[in-house]
Amino acid sequence: MNGLGSAADIGGILGWGIVVAALMIWVERRLLAFWQERLGPNRVGPFGIMQVMADMLKLFFKDEWVPPFSDRTVFVLAPVIGMMAALLGLSLIPFAPGVGVADLNFSLLCLLGLASLSVYSPLLAGYASHSKYPLLGGLRAAAQSFSYEVFMGLAAMGVVMQTGTFDLRIIVESQREGWYIGPQMLGFVLFLIAAVAETHRAPFDLPEAEQELVAGFHTEYSGIKFGMFFVGEYIGIILNSALIVTLYLGGWWGPAFLPPLAWFLLKLAGFLALYLLLRTALPRPRYDQLMRFGWMVLLPLALLNLIATAAWEVF
Amino acid sequence: MTILLFYLAAFVAVIATSLVITRTNAVHALIYLIVSLLATGFVFLLLGAYFAALLEVIVYAGAVMVLFLFVLMMLGLGRDGEGRERELLQPHLWYGPAFLCGVLLGEWGILFLGWSQPFPLHAVDAKQVGISLLGPYFLAVELASMLLLAGLVGAYHLTELQRRPGA
Repeated sequence: MNGLGSAADIGGILGWGIVVAALMIWVERRLLAFWQERLGPNRVGPFGIMQVMADMLKLFFKDEWVPPFSDRTVFVLAPVIGMMAALLGLSLIPFAPGVGVADLNFSLLCLLGLASLSVYSPLLAGYASHSKYPLLGGLRAAAQSFSYEVFMGLAAMGVVMQTGTFDLRIIVESQREGWYIGPQMLGFVLFLIAAVAETHRAPFDLPEAEQELVAGFHTEYSGIKFGMFFVGEYIGIILNSALIVTLYLGGWWGPAFLPPLAWFLLKLAGFLALYLLLRTALPRPRYDQLMRFGWMVLLPLALLNLIATAAWEVF
Repeated sequence: MTILLFYLAAFVAVIATSLVITRTNAVHALIYLIVSLLATGFVFLLLGAYFAALLEVIVYAGAVMVLFLFVLMMLGLGRDGEGRERELLQPHLWYGPAFLCGVLLGEWGILFLGWSQPFPLHAVDAKQVGISLLGPYFLAVELASMLLLAGLVGAYHLTELQRRPGA
């Protein structure tokens, strides 16, 4: 594929990722406010859009405090791991023909690998903070993302079976005739639930449940290190939404009156809004309910989906 | 260039693994083990076995090691864990894994950007792995799965013992 991995692609996609992640924070606050009949941040700049800028400046100039009782190096390293894994993942997403950083023939597997490595970010943060709430949050985050990753991988295997490849570009190419959301409806729903849980977003934000754990694994974090957790979480949301669009909604395919990249971004924006709507609409389950739901409901359904797809492919 | 990447990754793997053995502290040993597994995965990748490489990352570095760390974290905060934990958290011991991980990341970047190609050996794709697992190595797979089943039953039995009051 020509044009992949050029300097413009790398800078554009990674810069775009970070900017959109930062903007998402503003969009989320505004949309949440509208859904709850409030105004939200509307003072700084037009429609309050510069609020993100102001927050970012504040975070940059905040005192770089590292708790004296913490494990200093790991404490600093933990947010970096999460953000790096998310950004590396973003570089594997096929945005449009010729737009993307890397084209590997095992990109889906690679993304799953990066997702499993990103578990270390909350886990090490909880460990290095050496205080009780972060530890509990870190343990919760680890157990949760770790279990839901299994279902995410199993759900995605349905698509892999249908196309017979791990290459995300070929998966998108093969959806020219029909998106996989049709034949893989169950897989799509499972993947969506697992993706929400994997990014620790509401309603599955138990590692950061304010009422129980203060702020979970990032309780001790402040300044730009907290900012990295925050932006990293939103990059994770973008990454998972992009993955859903790629696997189930035909990636860049769409009627020809818009360019492929625009279609991809439109679908992506839809999923980002869905993430925010879920946060307003749904209450948080209890932790044991979350884990039981995962292993008792999602796992059998994912296996069923896998067997059904295999049977469909064979007969 | 590729041969250099290979030897560098292998070097990282060897150094990290020897550090796993020499650390007296379980958590630091574990972090080095993760680095070592990532390095091994990279060697697999360079040799063209990308499926094995990614399984190394997903299964070992991503899942098994998380469980290990999970257990260590749970044990670290026991009743008498405070002093032990303080003993575990010596920051200077973390520079090593961070540096070795940085080397691997650099290599990954070089390969990623296409400045260098993997060795031109024949690539082992997922299909071939599956065929050989369920073909010539069928008996070995079955034996391994029986072993895992025995482990599963054993673990279940242990938790049942703990759950029963007075046992």
